[in-house]
Amino acid sequence: MSNALVDGNLLGIEGMTATEIEEILDLTDIFAEISQRPIPKVPALRGRTIATLFFENSTRTRLSFDTAARRLSADTMTFGAGSSSLSKGESLRDTVEVIEAYGADALIVRHPMAGTAQRIANWTDAVVINAGDGCHEHPTQALLDAYTLRQHCGSLNGLRIALVGDIDHSRVARSNVLAFTALGAKVTLVAPATLLPSSLAGWPVEVSHDLNAVLEQTDVCYLLRLQHERISEGLIPSVREYVNDFGMNEKRANLLPSEAIICHPGPTNRGVEIDAAVAADPRAVILDQVANGVSVRMAVLFLLLGAGRDLIESPTAEGNK
Amino acid sequence: MAKRERGQTPPFGGVFIAYARILSAEDMARAVRRMAHEIIERNHGLNDVVLIGLQTGGVFVAQQLAEALAEIDGQRPATGTLDVALHRDDIGLRPVVPEAVTDITMNLDGKTVVLVDDVLFTGRTIRAALDALGTFGRPKGVQLAVMVDRGHRELPIRPDYVGKNLPTRRDEVVDVHQQGVDLGAVEK
Repeated sequence: MSNALVDGNLLGIEGMTATEIEEILDLTDIFAEISQRPIPKVPALRGRTIATLFFENSTRTRLSFDTAARRLSADTMTFGAGSSSLSKGESLRDTVEVIEAYGADALIVRHPMAGTAQRIANWTDAVVINAGDGCHEHPTQALLDAYTLRQHCGSLNGLRIALVGDIDHSRVARSNVLAFTALGAKVTLVAPATLLPSSLAGWPVEVSHDLNAVLEQTDVCYLLRLQHERISEGLIPSVREYVNDFGMNEKRANLLPSEAIICHPGPTNRGVEIDAAVAADPRAVILDQVANGVSVRMAVLFLLLGAGRDLIESPTAEGNK
Repeated sequence: MAKRERGQTPPFGGVFIAYARILSAEDMARAVRRMAHEIIERNHGLNDVVLIGLQTGGVFVAQQLAEALAEIDGQRPATGTLDVALHRDDIGLRPVVPEAVTDITMNLDGKTVVLVDDVLFTGRTIRAALDALGTFGRPKGVQLAVMVDRGHRELPIRPDYVGKNLPTRRDEVVDVHQQGVDLGAVEK
């Protein structure tokens, strides 16, 4: 079974091989079919409890993990940083122990600090799934993006992908670069120098500062969200200047090859990294990404909590959990 | 008789060694034709009859049944496939294989569903299939067609159409494939 999943957690794409990623994507087809049923629910994880611990705001990730858990008949528990005892000074470790004491089998963690999911995994026997830790990784986003690309382009092998925007602060970019290149795609990072990591050593990617030049040789244009704090941090001169150089508008969309697709992890800044008109273009597959998010997360939950672990690859394996 | 690798059917892994051919391909074709006639007789035709083959062994049996029905009645019934892996009560003891796809595009409300499987054994697969069907609608009725009924039921389930009643020992293995039905054992 997958190395990244064998210790019972999904903390990052780092360390996963192409075969392991593809196994998850193959399994996702099964769960995508379930979501098409009139009653999209199977009893695969009945009796399991899945807790979502979100120390940062989220619409998509949280809702899709929640939906995925319910479609597998698991019970869900929700922890929101805002309404908890954190404000009374409860420590992270206490919070985790309390939730584990309520019988959670899996903890889905989002936290503004890189490495939090790993830290929690050291404290608990429950399955830990990283749903975004600071600027580090967001593995399920990368998996759902890879699945979406596979759905639209057949295979990622040789696919030319441009990742545009704030690479340095983006966990999505980090996980996606790892997943896309593992699956054989050619990734080009397009960003102003201030929004690129200070070192790209070891990243198998190309870098460009000229979006227009890259677009003509791009099959997938992946736009990242521009956080407003980047302006006050002085990393970009102004939103207008960023939009001018890196915003996806209709003119730029027309530079793309006709069968190219446009992705965005959401939430989109309409008029900043993507124009409203482009977001409504049939080549923009943003809502497919959202829908696939549920299927991919069902596959991940099933692999980590259900029968999946020992059986997907080696049916003869005795349960070793 | 050829030995066959058994990866994805119980008892998972090992090599199947056949020691008796129970039905030849021709015997199986005759059994399929008889079951087809019984299905038409029982349902007064094929109106609203849908065949659902259970992954993986039941799918080709359902195809053969559909062809026989088309030959006899002139109309080919709608067919689909169903993988019940995620509905089983012994989930964790069975593999989930991406190749086993569920493909039911028609609405099952008010239809007569004939579930088709290769071997009926404990009945647990059928129990899971009945649950799974419920997520696709409310059929008017559900019937069960199997190529081989080998006994040893653990649940109150019985087939409506049987290709061959085959008394077996519990540790024996029945293998239904395109060339016929074999009885044998699996060596790990």
